Amino acid sequence: MTVELTTLAAIVAMAAATVLTRLSGLLLLRYVNFSPRSRRALDAIPPAVLMAVVAPTALATGPAESAACLVTALAAFRFPMLAAVALGVATVALLRFLGL
Amino acid sequence: MTKWNEALADIAAGARRIAPLIVAVIPIGMVYGAVAATKGLSPLETVLMSALVFAGGSQFVALDIWTHPASWVSLGFAALLVNVRHVLMSASLGTKLQAFSGPQKVFSMLFLADEIWAMSEFRARETVLKPLWYLGLVLPFYSAWVLSGLAGSLLGAFIGDPALIGLDFAFPAVFIVLVTGFWKGSETGLVLLASATCALTVHHFVPGVWYIAAGALGGLVVAALIGGESEEVPA
Repeated sequence: MTVELTTLAAIVAMAAATVLTRLSGLLLLRYVNFSPRSRRALDAIPPAVLMAVVAPTALATGPAESAACLVTALAAFRFPMLAAVALGVATVALLRFLGL
Repeated sequence: MTKWNEALADIAAGARRIAPLIVAVIPIGMVYGAVAATKGLSPLETVLMSALVFAGGSQFVALDIWTHPASWVSLGFAALLVNVRHVLMSASLGTKLQAFSGPQKVFSMLFLADEIWAMSEFRARETVLKPLWYLGLVLPFYSAWVLSGLAGSLLGAFIGDPALIGLDFAFPAVFIVLVTGFWKGSETGLVLLASATCALTVHHFVPGVWYIAAGALGGLVVAALIGGESEEVPA
């Protein structure tokens, strides 16, 4: 069980950077005037961030991933979250097994 | 006594919500630990990173660019880039923490991993977020992430590839389910379209993780532009 000094410094730098991003959003709110326009922009953050995170997986990785994303999205309108996610995971595993 | 029971019920409700994501994060954490071991990080260093950084994406990126000796400048900067989306996430969730005290707000934001943020945003659509419910998300998820990293570091090469059984897909799948939950009409469609277009374009041309910030900003700008200054949101 050892910790190298350079490694520790790197980990602390990473942690500091991450904390900075996580707290600066709260700080930012102090300077937002809540016009309808900025309110709409704030409300759009959750779907916009989630979409941006999954876009490359959904549309630019491979046919197995794209198909599984479609299955998950359709299932989400009908089934609870866990079932929809399980269907998506099963789809991607099956399609990859088939070599897609 | 009843107050105590109520508190426990809130924590348990949060824990139940995050349970599926814990099942998915354990194999990912073990892979992180195993990769860290191959990069020469000791188990203690591996656990320290998970406990202090607590942001899976940036931890994997860090291992990808790890050098000996480690460069704190480049690793710190990479973490900043990968996690810049947290600025938007904490700004958005920050407007939904009416039930939190000032210190509770700050403390909560320190644990704003993607999964915890997404579950909280989703919950905030149904009811007011409670600090103890949030604690119910954080406690088990944080523990699972740190301990699975330790297990991976100790087991090392015995860890298989989670992609074989599709487990790597669990996170995009959860995010897709959540996206469908944020659907409010054609306006949401435009936001999603703008986000996906910007993200894919930047992902194609720019290496690294700029695509997340680009997609988020694209969706945000479109949301601000449509509807003008009116209070009513066109459906």
